[in-house]
Amino acid sequence: MKPLTPVGAPARVALGIGFFVVFVAAWALATLGGFVSKTFLADPLTMLLDGWTLVTVHGFALDIGVTIWRVVGGFVLAAVFAVPLGVLMGAYKPVEAFFEPFVSFARYLPASAFIPLLILWAGIGETQKLLVIFIGSFFQLVLMVAVVVGNTRRDLVEAAYTLGVSDRTLVTRVLMPNAAPEIAEILRLVLGWAWTYVIVAELVGSSSGIGHMITDSQALLATGQIIFGIIVIGLIGLVTDFAFKAANRRLYPWAALR
Amino acid sequence: MARLSIRDVSRVFPGVRGQPDTRALEATRLEVGDNDFITILGPSGCGKSTLLRIVAGLDFASAGEVLLDGEPVAGPGADRGMVFQSYTLFPWLTVRQNICFGLREKGASDAVQRDVSDTLIAQVGLRGFEDHYPKMLSGGMQQRTALARALANDPKVLLMDEPFGALDHQTRELMQELLLSVWEKHLKTVLFVTHDIDEAIFMANRVVVMTARPGRIKHEERVEFEHPRGYRIKTSARFAEHKARLTEEIRAETLRAAQAGAPD
Repeated sequence: MKPLTPVGAPARVALGIGFFVVFVAAWALATLGGFVSKTFLADPLTMLLDGWTLVTVHGFALDIGVTIWRVVGGFVLAAVFAVPLGVLMGAYKPVEAFFEPFVSFARYLPASAFIPLLILWAGIGETQKLLVIFIGSFFQLVLMVAVVVGNTRRDLVEAAYTLGVSDRTLVTRVLMPNAAPEIAEILRLVLGWAWTYVIVAELVGSSSGIGHMITDSQALLATGQIIFGIIVIGLIGLVTDFAFKAANRRLYPWAALR
Repeated sequence: MARLSIRDVSRVFPGVRGQPDTRALEATRLEVGDNDFITILGPSGCGKSTLLRIVAGLDFASAGEVLLDGEPVAGPGADRGMVFQSYTLFPWLTVRQNICFGLREKGASDAVQRDVSDTLIAQVGLRGFEDHYPKMLSGGMQQRTALARALANDPKVLLMDEPFGALDHQTRELMQELLLSVWEKHLKTVLFVTHDIDEAIFMANRVVVMTARPGRIKHEERVEFEHPRGYRIKTSARFAEHKARLTEEIRAETLRAAQAGAPD
């Protein structure tokens, strides 16, 4: 193989699917071949059957819906506050100097460590779930957005000034559109992290959602259900990722020209 | 009265971490008349770009002042358009939107924006590329768009900081002719920084030569080829005389800069 030589589109798709096939085959061999006890790891067929019962008998679709709602709700809430604050911090250095040290500190506070405290404050209802996701996403978003906005090419800024922009329109007409595709990319990335926070929040004190189903299944040693739940999360992640990428390409055709 | 007066402008960059200060620009004086096309010629690092940036308001003078129509310049503004050496088109805007950037800022109507941009797009030869994004254009086309973008604002002075410096030789010569033809139509006051002697003579009414750092103006000469100018004047005897003289002037400075070990 030649290093750095691009691979054609059909070959790339085939290779990508290939790994899934190898993965499932290895799993099937290990379980159906009797190398691993059923108690610890269900085989692919049991997993699919368990999944089917979950959806048809136990109303798992509702759990999926609840979890998606929590992720989207908490994430949108975080984005609504984080993006404007990040833009302000990136554009105005005193604002950055004021918030940056605290946000950098808060960024390292693990969202899952707040769960006991949040249960104390907000109970085990929806507010607590949203808050976990909010804490997990907000500080990351703020910092990353601020960096992207602050890194705007200085010669573009200077060109804009010689074209007559004011300090305010520089922010709205140059800094913001210039950073928009990268902000969208940051949102895509952090949304992925939000998925891990929601499951953790649902594992602890919850009566619905994918995470809740997973803890219930653990008590019943239903590894097929657990794996089905995990795969569902992965699939949702994959789909949203594709959707996000497609939307970004559509919204910012100029950024894809790089 | 001069359109633009540069009065004893100097610039000292303070040294960082105990380094000595850098004198980029010695007190410099230059009077620029209406519709003058002045090229500023100098060795690398002589402070010619610094001078231009001070006129643009992107940098400030340590002493002295710049007057535009008698008013001191404070900060950048739409009355001094600038074309940079680096490609500074806004990548998220199409060619037409880039050209209309300043007009939109002023709140010009869509009709006016369309009119002005149509005219300029035709003049810089970008018909058919109105809806292209900058990344889809060659370097020469990007700089032509940047020129149109600066002209759309109808600035009092057009500042050009080695605008063709990143282009290959052939494209550069075509761009010079194009800029001259546009200048002959718009009759602008232009300050054009370059280190290319041919370019300096070909474009200018007046060529100004700066010394090595700290830069100051040491020589000035008028170039009196009639307009419209064609590329053929580059091989004329008068052109060669200008070139011989300016080459001597520049060479002396470049040697001095090399001896001083001046950074680029």
